[in-house]
Amino acid sequence: MIQTTKMASGQQWVLVEMVQAFYEAPAYHLILEGILILWIIRLLFSKTYKLQERSDLTEKEKEELIEEWQPEPLVPAVSNDHPSLNYDVVTGPPSHKITVNGKECINFASFNFLGLLDNERVKQKALASLKKYGVGTCGPRGFYGTFDVHLELEERLAKFMKTEEAIIYSYGFATIASAIPAYSKRGDIVFVDEAACFSIQKGLQASRSFIKYFKHNDMEDLERLLKEQELEDQKNPRKARVTRRFIVVEGLYMNTSDICPLPELVKLKYKYKVRIFLEESMSFGVLGEHGRGVTEHFGVSIDDIDLISANMENAVASIGGFCCGRSFVIDHQRLSGQGYCFSASLPPMLASAAIEALNIMEEDPEIFTILREKCKHAHKALQDIPGLKVVGEAFAPALHLQLEHSTGSRESDVRTLRSIIDYCLDRQIALTQARYLDKEERFLPPPSIRVVVTVEQTEEEIEKATSCIREAALARLE
Amino acid sequence: SFGLDKQPKTLYLSDLQVHHGSCNGGLYSRPFIESFEETPMLVAVLTYMGYGILTIFGYLRDFLRARKIEKCHIAREREEQKDFVPLYQDFENFYTRNLYMRIRDNWNRPICSVPADKVDLVERVSYDYNWTFSHTGRVVKDVINMGSYNYLGFSENKGSCADAVAEVTLKYGAGVGSTRQEMGNLDGHEELEKLVARFLGVESAMAFGMGFATNSMNIPALAGKGCLILSDELNHASLVLGARLSGSTIRVFKHNNMQSLEKLLRDAIVHGQPRTHRPWKKILILVEGIYSMEGSIIRLPEVIALKKKYKAYLYLDEAHSIGALGGRGRGVVDYFGLDPTDVDIMMGTFTKSFGAAGGYIGGKKELIDYLRSHSHSAVYATSMSPPVVEQIITSMKCIMGEDGTTIGKKRIQQLAENTVYFRRRLREMGFIIYGNNDSPVVPLMVYMPAKIGAFGREMLKRNIGVVVVGFPATPIIESRARFCVSAAHTKEMLDQALSAISEVGDLLQLKYSRHRILPTLDRPFDETTYEECED
Repeated sequence: MIQTTKMASGQQWVLVEMVQAFYEAPAYHLILEGILILWIIRLLFSKTYKLQERSDLTEKEKEELIEEWQPEPLVPAVSNDHPSLNYDVVTGPPSHKITVNGKECINFASFNFLGLLDNERVKQKALASLKKYGVGTCGPRGFYGTFDVHLELEERLAKFMKTEEAIIYSYGFATIASAIPAYSKRGDIVFVDEAACFSIQKGLQASRSFIKYFKHNDMEDLERLLKEQELEDQKNPRKARVTRRFIVVEGLYMNTSDICPLPELVKLKYKYKVRIFLEESMSFGVLGEHGRGVTEHFGVSIDDIDLISANMENAVASIGGFCCGRSFVIDHQRLSGQGYCFSASLPPMLASAAIEALNIMEEDPEIFTILREKCKHAHKALQDIPGLKVVGEAFAPALHLQLEHSTGSRESDVRTLRSIIDYCLDRQIALTQARYLDKEERFLPPPSIRVVVTVEQTEEEIEKATSCIREAALARLE
Repeated sequence: SFGLDKQPKTLYLSDLQVHHGSCNGGLYSRPFIESFEETPMLVAVLTYMGYGILTIFGYLRDFLRARKIEKCHIAREREEQKDFVPLYQDFENFYTRNLYMRIRDNWNRPICSVPADKVDLVERVSYDYNWTFSHTGRVVKDVINMGSYNYLGFSENKGSCADAVAEVTLKYGAGVGSTRQEMGNLDGHEELEKLVARFLGVESAMAFGMGFATNSMNIPALAGKGCLILSDELNHASLVLGARLSGSTIRVFKHNNMQSLEKLLRDAIVHGQPRTHRPWKKILILVEGIYSMEGSIIRLPEVIALKKKYKAYLYLDEAHSIGALGGRGRGVVDYFGLDPTDVDIMMGTFTKSFGAAGGYIGGKKELIDYLRSHSHSAVYATSMSPPVVEQIITSMKCIMGEDGTTIGKKRIQQLAENTVYFRRRLREMGFIIYGNNDSPVVPLMVYMPAKIGAFGREMLKRNIGVVVVGFPATPIIESRARFCVSAAHTKEMLDQALSAISEVGDLLQLKYSRHRILPTLDRPFDETTYEECED
């Protein structure tokens, strides 16, 4: 009895305390508590709803919907005479003399700029590597897929390009497509040239950054975009301090065969604090006194470019690609480059072939000058073909021949160009059309014939090819 | 649903012969035995504590480096670019700097011989706690290779395959210099594609130069906006990238969980696209044959039954299972005795069982014709190198028995025997092994961060090369060591490896198993399904 009264008085005492606290509390505190209590009451009585409306349909209706639904066919039908369906078949090695569809021709279509595809030394090195390592690597770089050949190739590439470090990929397309998303993430800004090749576009798409296109080689357009961005930054300086910016350009553009204005780009880089990624697939092993690419061509210091990426499938006549630059930049890709971490490494025999190709390039820097001379010669010879115009720099090894007057329909243009190519194939000159995915390209280039000049072609052969094209144009472009 | 409502009961070792398939109306023609033993509670707590301590030390180290008390080995930005926006945020690389660096010597180990059953490693040493490595010039010879994906032992530098490849190298050279649609389509490629189609039992096939790129370049060609992709939660990075690049809506179902998949299918068809409720254009299910981090095999009969019922399309990535499963080596379809034409898109790689490089896609002629004209790889990427093509052709003919020998058949049998033996012995020793009994990929659970490094190093001391994996390839507390059994391993090598593993397991106290193996329905099915929309 006494206990309960004690308890009761204890409770009363607590109650008194509470009431006192209630009177002593500041007004704003009471108001806040009152609002919270009202809010809780509202929530308790409001209707609940689930994220996906599941309650409306009966089981029978659901079964009917499932029965009725018809998907589209997995792929749309492709007609048998689709221009991209029937490939030209090459029997035998795809080198200077190439057998296309049974006819032996002179190769003006493969990117064999330095003629190393059937070089004996390269083949012997690849063979020696095969006898030591086998063909495949059976693992990614992280899990026993790193061979001493890979490390040697990376060192040699870094030394050749005079950078700190290089990293190799097993597929040329995947090189820049993995490098861009490793640095540029959601929220960052990339300024890219309209004529950028497809692998750059895929890298940009994977990065989920803001992409701003500037007109091809138009530095004023780029500066305009950079100034606009600067104004945006002033509105929100906190965000600007963490938004990375990049410019992605190619040394020699694959789609238009002209050169990027690198010195102006470097000036813009320091003025607006943007990093430059340079894609040099077409210019590595072509431009510059020693074949180091467009930085050597213009005399720009290599440290000014943050990342240089190139594939080893053109001048180096192997498979794969590499990125080079300072260790600060390149080392990041060893854990973040998707095509590097999650893919098997380059077969060692192809890496050995690339090392031997580098050896040849270093021993004989004359070939670059010879190649550029031949390109100029071919460029001149291809002028004044009625109906076709040459697109590209004089010293670019891969030129485009476009129709001067398009018929208006891309399909018929493609067919006309194909008939010119067939005419040339019959006369033992192997040419090809530049291929694009019509629906996927952002800025689809006009249809064109790709003419590739290599160091193995003689002057007579170039003359023969150009006169053959001239005849074909006269015959087929009525 | 499919009658998967059998009451789960605890399986003991003696019960491992219980057929799970018998309650599915005969969908499975063979026992399907998978186990994922639960993480012991004490181990989980200790693992979290371990990571906590490492994080604290990481902050301490960063602080010391910032105050220049500790020497900083990290590469720095150029002086001229100091006022640019920093290329990396500090917190992005916290894990790399402070945790990965400590045990970095377990990865990227350079080798200098053919990656066969035994391999020679280049000896490396580090004088600054793994920041830089230098080669001593010595070679660690004859390390038993439990890390390379060499399931059928075709990674060799001698023999008929190597001779054929040597011939082709001298004739064709190493490179190609052009794309498939331009001037890079060699006769070897066409021969290879016909052979792959025959091997798989499909109408037509197409080969690509890189396995990763096969997924990331072809899924966008098959699915687009308005399509739905249902992807397993543990799919490989290439499948995830391909799905993202396609622009479709992606929904994730629980790993190998058929109820989760069926629920997503039903919801998708009944409710249509989010907000507009228009019907989906098509539904694509992305699964893998063998999941290399879990060692589990996809429940293919159930997936095919689901796909037929709901009219979805199935994309099967057989990167690890082609050549490694099945009585004739034709992959997971052969393993379950199913019809290859039921799988709409059969994708695989040549890196693992064929000792080469590259990937392929097989299916109906319309599909392959479409890919020939619309695949990113055919238009923009250089075609496969001729010696690699020859390696695939000779090894595939060997597996099929068309070279006149029984080497292929023997190797397939040897691999199956090695797998069963290796798994059984490890389980008997008391380790926690994940995955299916027949999968040649064997993950052994290690859990604690310090043990990851210790396991790799101790095994190397005993001349066994293993692969250890931690975060982010696996969930943070489920680090593991992963063994790849090969047909080239003899019983003696496996025994040697097993005794070394047992020794190290006792040393590091890795034998966590309490033989409480939960049945294959252990992953609880819950209501939360994941929806991720592309912007």
